[in-house]
Amino acid sequence: MKSDIILAGVGGQGILSIATVLGEAALAENLYIKQAETHGMSQRGGAVYSHMRISDQPIFSDLIPGGSADLILSVEPMESLRYLPYLSETGYLVTNITPFVNIPEYPDIDQLMGEIRKLPRFIAIDADAIAKEVGSSRASNMVMLGAASPFIDIVFSRIENGIRTIFSRKGEEVVRMNLDALRRGREFAEANR
Amino acid sequence: MQSYLFLGDEAIAQGAIDGGMSGVYAYPGTPSTEITEFIQENPLAIERNIHRKWSANEKTALETALGMSYAGKRSMSCMKHVGLNVAADVFMNAAMTGINGGMIVAVADDPSMHSSQNEQDSRFYGKFAMVPVLEPSNQQEAYDMARDGFALSELTNVPVLLRITTRLAHSRAGVVRKEVLPENALTLPADPRQFILLPALARRKYKKLLSSQDLYQELSNDSIYNRYEEGQDKSLGIVACGIAYNYLMEHFPTENCPYPIVKISQYPIPENHLKWLRHECDEILVLEEGAPMVEEVLKGYFTEGKLVKGRLDGTLPRDGELNPDWIAKALGMEQFGGYDIPKVVVSRPPALCQGCGHQDVFNAMNEALADYTKGRVFSDIGCYTLGALPPYETIYSCVDMGASITMAKGAADAGLIPSVAVIGDSTFAHSGITGLLDAVNEKSGITVVISDNESVSMTGGQDSSAFGKIESICIGIGVDPAHIHSIVPLKKNHDEMVKMFREEFAWEGVSVIIPNRECIQRATSRKRNIK
Repeated sequence: MKSDIILAGVGGQGILSIATVLGEAALAENLYIKQAETHGMSQRGGAVYSHMRISDQPIFSDLIPGGSADLILSVEPMESLRYLPYLSETGYLVTNITPFVNIPEYPDIDQLMGEIRKLPRFIAIDADAIAKEVGSSRASNMVMLGAASPFIDIVFSRIENGIRTIFSRKGEEVVRMNLDALRRGREFAEANR
Repeated sequence: MQSYLFLGDEAIAQGAIDGGMSGVYAYPGTPSTEITEFIQENPLAIERNIHRKWSANEKTALETALGMSYAGKRSMSCMKHVGLNVAADVFMNAAMTGINGGMIVAVADDPSMHSSQNEQDSRFYGKFAMVPVLEPSNQQEAYDMARDGFALSELTNVPVLLRITTRLAHSRAGVVRKEVLPENALTLPADPRQFILLPALARRKYKKLLSSQDLYQELSNDSIYNRYEEGQDKSLGIVACGIAYNYLMEHFPTENCPYPIVKISQYPIPENHLKWLRHECDEILVLEEGAPMVEEVLKGYFTEGKLVKGRLDGTLPRDGELNPDWIAKALGMEQFGGYDIPKVVVSRPPALCQGCGHQDVFNAMNEALADYTKGRVFSDIGCYTLGALPPYETIYSCVDMGASITMAKGAADAGLIPSVAVIGDSTFAHSGITGLLDAVNEKSGITVVISDNESVSMTGGQDSSAFGKIESICIGIGVDPAHIHSIVPLKKNHDEMVKMFREEFAWEGVSVIIPNRECIQRATSRKRNIK
């Protein structure tokens, strides 16, 4: 198996916690992982991304070659489009539809959604709204991970375990909320794929 | 075997700890920062009480590491590529003195300038100082090289340069740890004059360094990190340095590469493998992350002999970090190019955080500067460099650590009065103090704004070595206390801050204004940790 995933968002949105949960799940399955992160200047509200590669074979490059990502998982709609040159012909784009507006010339959201809908395979989900329903907008990351999970070749219960491991020190309530968020995201994707 | 998911930086940190290091000395700088941060949090480092506090700058860091080596213990100094410029004096001369305890200088280069002002290639510094250079191709090699690098340093009797680039520094992969080595005992150098570079002694030391080059060459030729890999198609031979090896092998995941390869991860350049590649192959393609250092050597001055392809002939772009796609193109491989980025997507540059004190400083400065012609504000390396971008557009320079004060002084010397410097608290401690002394001694017409957020913020909120000392430093080097002012940069103090700037801009001597409010990110994470 091989899952090449581009994680996308804006500095401060916490895409690295998605990567941490996935990494934990992949480690539990004894898979190989490489994960290139964005640190430094861009973390100050700029565009950030992570290349996450999971495979049952050794992985060479830390970067995903162009046109070969199985999945773009974006927590922000405009950012989902920025990495399209990486998406493979059969790849999925899974994005949150809530814009993060921190620049003056942020484009019209309808235009952005129009571009997303042009793709052959996509899931567009209001992760912020679902996250609020399960208890906190901060869980929108896990809604997104849930929405992407049908397209990642890792047993779902491993991802759930990843959440338990990563969030356990924050208490049972935080774990429950993030697990709910994950499941709700997955349900949405399965109903809308 | 248990595998740890380490960033390249963390692999170096764990390797150095497991290699018996007694102290790390560093100044934060992307992409090197996480090496030291990992050591600061590591239980074994804490148990062994390995030195792990930040230094004031890279020069003091490397000098202190050399002092620890003098005393027989293993030490490491970490920095970003431009940090080695700051530490170049001690680095070059540490190759002359040699070491006692093993010493690693870990330098993280930033090709493509993700968070830097240039993309200089530190391997040149290794060559310049004539010391062995290690360049890992992956996280496991980064661990192994840090762990075993101390022994290599002790064998060669010079510091070893461990060079990585952004992509390896900030990418995670599984790393298997090895046995933890003991620390060295405290032992002074056998030769009491080893570290005295008086000319008569230095000449002898230099001859010794020159005569050691054959050993370093031999070690490279036989290094486990360098190898020749056979290939069937001899029309092309490929030289892959450091992480470039992975980008190459990405295209041959299951079968072997059809072309012979020389993998290089230890320098000096392994002559034996390259001579054999030249003998075997018709043309040579050089893949290296950074400058075309190996390529230039192979090409030679008169560019005669075999065709050497790489960054110099346009086979690969001359600048920027490598990636698998460029290498596929260089090999003539076809691949699906993905979808185009729609035109509606706009760039999203980094910006000052909402609530950041630097914002209040720039707003007040812009109002006070409206009385003058533009182009008077010199700045420095830090978050406040973002004051160059809209909506502020306050600053006109960002060159190197500390250059704001000295460039403002030079411009004032040329007649641009007032000239203004904007510098952060940590950058001031790093390299601003001496420049301010120059200005005080000549009563230059400059206003220095030390925008003090009590931390090294751009790199993630590390402790600033001037914390709580800035005002007393300024008084101590002779700034007139009547022209040193502190203020809390908040909206409610805006008018007072504008008035303060106006008065000091109008005064033709050295004045210092210290807007002081803790970095908003650091304050948030501090409060979170208290909870």
